[in-house]
This record gives sequence, C-alpha cells and structure tokens, in this order.
Amino acid sequence: MWHKLLKGAAAMKFRNLLAAVLVTAAWVSAGAQPLGLPPVPIPADNPQTPEKIALGDRLFHDTRFSADGKVSCATCHEQSKGFTDNLPVSEGFNSLTGTRNAPTVLNSAYFTTLFWDGREPDLEGQSKQPPINPVEGGLPNHAPILAVIRSDSEYVTSFDAVFDVAATAITMEHVSKAIASFERTVIAGDSPFDRYYYGGESDAMTAEQIRGLDVFINKGRCVSCHTIEQTQALFTDNRFHNIGVGFKQIGGKEYETAEQFIKSKRQGVDVDIAVLTSKNVSELGRFAVTENITEVGAFKTSTLRNIDQTEPYMHDGSLATLEDVVDFYNNGGRDKDTDPLSGFQSGGIRPLNLTDDEKEELVAFMQALTSPDLEQFTDR
Amino acid sequence: MSKISRRELLSNGGALLAASSLPISLVEVAFGQDSDSNFTFAYISDSHITQIKGNEFVRNWDRGLIRAVAETNLLDPSPDFVFYGGDIAQLGKPEEIDHGLEILSGLHGDVHYVMGEHDYYVDLGEYWRKQLGPDHYSFDHKGVHFVVLNSILTHEAWMHQKWDTGMDRMKQMARLDNPNGQPFMVGDSQREWLRKDLDKISKDTPIVVLSHSPLQKIFKSWNFWTDDAEQVQALLHPFDKVTVLYGHVHQIQTNQIGNISFHAAMATAWPWPYPSTYRQKSSYMPKLTVEMNRADPFFERDATGWQFIDMHSGRTDVSYLLPDNQNRVVAYDESAGHPVDRTNKAGAGSKPPLRHY
Repeated sequence: MWHKLLKGAAAMKFRNLLAAVLVTAAWVSAGAQPLGLPPVPIPADNPQTPEKIALGDRLFHDTRFSADGKVSCATCHEQSKGFTDNLPVSEGFNSLTGTRNAPTVLNSAYFTTLFWDGREPDLEGQSKQPPINPVEGGLPNHAPILAVIRSDSEYVTSFDAVFDVAATAITMEHVSKAIASFERTVIAGDSPFDRYYYGGESDAMTAEQIRGLDVFINKGRCVSCHTIEQTQALFTDNRFHNIGVGFKQIGGKEYETAEQFIKSKRQGVDVDIAVLTSKNVSELGRFAVTENITEVGAFKTSTLRNIDQTEPYMHDGSLATLEDVVDFYNNGGRDKDTDPLSGFQSGGIRPLNLTDDEKEELVAFMQALTSPDLEQFTDR
Repeated sequence: MSKISRRELLSNGGALLAASSLPISLVEVAFGQDSDSNFTFAYISDSHITQIKGNEFVRNWDRGLIRAVAETNLLDPSPDFVFYGGDIAQLGKPEEIDHGLEILSGLHGDVHYVMGEHDYYVDLGEYWRKQLGPDHYSFDHKGVHFVVLNSILTHEAWMHQKWDTGMDRMKQMARLDNPNGQPFMVGDSQREWLRKDLDKISKDTPIVVLSHSPLQKIFKSWNFWTDDAEQVQALLHPFDKVTVLYGHVHQIQTNQIGNISFHAAMATAWPWPYPSTYRQKSSYMPKLTVEMNRADPFFERDATGWQFIDMHSGRTDVSYLLPDNQNRVVAYDESAGHPVDRTNKAGAGSKPPLRHY
C-alpha cells in the first residue's frame, strides 16, 4: 500500500517536473530560469513564442508610436539604464515632463498590478496607456500606431506569422500582447545575492554586503515590504504604502485635491492623464484608482533588483542616490528627522536609528542585487 | 502569484466608492430618502495611547489614531460629528489622555466621547471627566436620540476596596483572563437615569446607544460582556429601531437581539482574535479557536481601523475602513430583520478565512 502510494507520488512529481521543463522552455528563448526567481506567470490567452517576443522587442523600440516620432517604450525604459531613463520624472514627446519616475521593466512580469498606483492589472493593459498620454507619447488615440504598423510590410508579415491576422485586422490587443510577451523575458535574477542566498556560494557577497543583508532583514525592517522568501526574492510585496514621499507636495492639501479629483473623475477625466499632468493629483497615489481613503499617498512597493542602475528613486524621483534613500527611511520617511509627518503615513515607517556603518552596509547590500548580464534581452 | 483581474480591480473600486468619499448627492440617490433625515457620523475607538516615559509614547498606537483622524477629515460629505468609543489611554494616565486628545483635536467638527475601562480605573474617571465632562448623557440629532452610557463600571465594593494605588486597580482591570477580574456593568443608578431619559422619547424615534463594552454577553473572561446587559436591553425593547455601538472588542462584530442591532468598532491600536464563544456553529473539537482574517505580523495596521456610519431611516449602515484591505459594509437588511455584511455574506457567498501557516 505505502509502496504503491510512493510510486504514485513519484510519478506525479516526475509529471510536474516535466511540465515545469516544458513551461520553462516556452517562456524564455535563451537560458534556464534565473536563480532567485519563481517561474514567470504567463497568461493563458497570451502564450510566449520566440516570434512574438521578437515582434514585441521591435514594437518596444519603435519611436514612430509618438506625436513627434521620437518616443518609444525604450525611451523611458532603456536596457543600459536598468530599463529606466535615470531621470527624476520621465520626458515624453517635445520634452514634456510628467509627474512620475519611470519604473523598471525588469521583473515587471511578476507584478500583480502595473504603474506606481496599480491602475492597470497587467502588462497587456499597461503598454496601451503611455502612447496616448498627453505628456508621454502625445498621440490623440491609438489609430496612428495601427496605421504605422499596417503600412510596414515587415510588421504585417510578423503579425500574420504570430497572430494569424491580415493587416487590416491588426488591433491594439495584438500590439500590447506582443509587447507584454517581450517584457516577460526581461527577467533579472542570478545576482550575487541570489548566488549567496539560494545558490550556497558563501563568497558571492562581500562581508559588508552580508552584514547589509542582516540590516535589511532585521534592524532596517526593509524586508517587511521588499520581500525575500525561502526560494525566491521579488523584493516587492506588490502592495501600496504611504511612506512619506510627496508629503511636501500635497501636505495639508489632501482634502481639496481629493475632492477636485473625484469631481473631475465623475465628469469623465481620465485617471492616467490626471495623475501624470497634475503634481498634486499624482500624490494621491493609490487613492486616485480605488477612491479608498485609506490609500491616500500610497504607492506600490518597487522591486529592488538592479536598483543601483535605476536612480533616481521613489515615485517622484526625489531621492538621487541609494544613500539618500537609506537616510530617508532612517529618518522615519522624511529628508530630515525634524520634518513633519503625514497623517496618512504607514505606521510601519519609523526612525531606524541605523549607525553610519549600518547605512553603508545596507547600500552595499543593495548593490549585490544587480544581475550580471543585462545586455541579453535585446540587441537594440 | 495571483493576478488581480481587471474585473476585480474595477469592482473593488466600485465597492469602495460606495463606502467612502461619496459626494452627498450619491447618498441621497442610493437611499432615496428625504435628505433632511440622512446623515453620517464617524466612529473611532480604542487607541490605547501608551506613555513610555515623558514625551515618549508607543509610536504604533499614536500612528493608528493619527491616521484615523486624517482619514476621517477626508470624508465627503463631512460627518455631522464623530464618536470616540473609549480607551483613549492604556493606563488612564493624564499624560496619555492629554496626548490622545491632542491628536483627536485635529478632527474637524464635534466629538462625543465614551468612557473606556482603560480611561477609568486609575482614578475612577476623574481626569477624563475633568477634560471631557459627564460619562453618560444623551442628545437628539436630526430625529435620532443618541444615548452614551458608561458601561465599564463594576461592583462598588471591588472599586472602592483598599488599593495601594489607583494604578494597581487599573492593572487588574486591564488584564484579560484575569481570575481576579470583575465584570463590567452599567449599574443601578445609571439604568435608572436611562429609564427616565427614555421616558420622554416616543417609541418610533430611532435610538442609538453608545457604550464601551458590548451591551450583550459574548465572552466573560475578556469582559466582552456587560453583566446587566439584559436589564439595559429591556429598557430599549419598547422602541422600534435601536442600535447599540460599542468598542472594547477590537474587531468587527454584528448581532441582532430582538429589536436591537449591535455593531462593534475596530480599534485603531491592535486587533483581538475572536473569542471561542463568538463561533457561529457548534464544534466538538476539544479546543476551538475561531479563525479571523488574522492580523499580519508584517503589517502593523492589519485588522485595525475605524468606521463611519450612515443613518438613514433610523437604521445604521456601518462602513469599516480597513487599511490595505477590502472595506466592509454591515448594513441593516429590512427583509432579513438584522444587519448583513454586504460583501461577505453567510453561506455560499462567504469568504473562507485566510490561513497563514
């Protein structure tokens, strides 16, 4: 009896393993799953294929999908800059600026919501917004994108091969699916931290970085939101917290800003446009999406992968360096420990009393979260 | 790794919209009531402000109350007033009461206070009454009669026995599962006051009673209990519409006894687990723990919060505002004759408790 059960269990294990291998083969065109990451979740209605990933890669880099023909996804999410733009807030067409810092595309495949305020549930929905935002791509609607694609014979051939559609039948659904497929290959693991923590390489991190990991988990309390689990580390809880960033901008004006925003939202104003064109509305954070007053000023926890390449930091790009970030948290979510605190701030943010050594160790640890081979995703 | 579907994203937003930050016109449309009789009030409770020494107070409890104040001020329409449900302080020290009142002074509009046992037992409520006035009173607002009771009194002999210090008495009363603990009660003289107060009120006037302890018997060892609850309920029975709102239990509870709807307030400080006597079904397990959506140790505000109450046609709809969680509305259901959780329904629609093992 026991023998039989064991055999059954073993067979099941083998089947699961086989399935895992097949999934792995399907989701990344090159290489095994990086150390420290779970399998990439792939939506059932948008399976990965090498052709679709290549198409998405090309679309991601096409500057024609903007009002001045100069802005592509990659303009603000550049591979050489950790898939960000290293600007405080992004610059769109005609160098117009929005209100928010470009989040990295790295590991966005694992995010359960997209954008700083989580206003889109998936990558497919996310990529449709920037081209038609008045301070990003600046297009009036999606029609010009489809016109470019339908008149480009290379695109027409690719869309036909990937989606089995004629030129006239190509829609934004196809475009956004291809871009999402490409983005799901932009995966960063295998960092010195992963090799130390999951790979058993005790010398993969320096002694200072190992002490920094201890600060990260214990005294610094970073891990409460930037999660590290037993077999994987996404460094985000995928939740929204008011940590105090932006209070200088909106402090004391929360009620008026929320009231005006709700009124204009009722009159049909687009949330995507409102949050990127008004500094005060931007600071409402998650509230602008959910209208839940417990989420005023709450923003999504960023991943920390490749964090030393994606400066400046925070949703408004207000902190230039990792040292500044550590100081900000050490002061209880403010630049100086004498600055006032927002009533909406999360109680989990509090002064940390880190020593200068501990602060340096924390920064050193974050530098161990960078994956070695960032040039692998695209040739562009 | 569960993705939030677009539908879920939108429906969450929709539910929250109905529960908070409502333009007033939407309330009227939603209930179709005469706008004069509709009003809302906010209800904050159990902050347990704790002095460490001097100017130092436990930060997490401070932040819970500060956040409730900030969020309450964001309500649109503004609530007509705010109730504070008791236990401003942890050990009733003047420093704690003053620090709590300083935070609460940030609220826009009037605040009505209820006495909690943590405010009371160090000096039998003297400092609290000096700052806030009588501990039992009533008033009328837009056709509703509000009554505030001090329900955390106990046997006179125990209260007035020879204590070395008032703080010794306070610490006895602050303990859960205390074999030397005493049951809460409203007491003879306050019940007599209540009888006279209600004498003047017509039976079709909606009554809302606020007390710190539940005016019903749930779990004696934690004083989720008022010893003379039945006698208080008897005074309320002649009225058509009665709601009792209480603090103390630090969790969402709802109940209906005869004509009386009961609702508990969450604490801004910390959540208590559900006591075994609050289970909904019988069990033959030797030791039963009723699961609640357990407080997340990595999330300092989990299962705490505050609530606002929509008074329409004399009934109370209680909206619980839960940080980083789905807000809940427990509303009186006319056809069922008792309050019903709008989102988390009993039976097939119920949400299983989360287990984090």
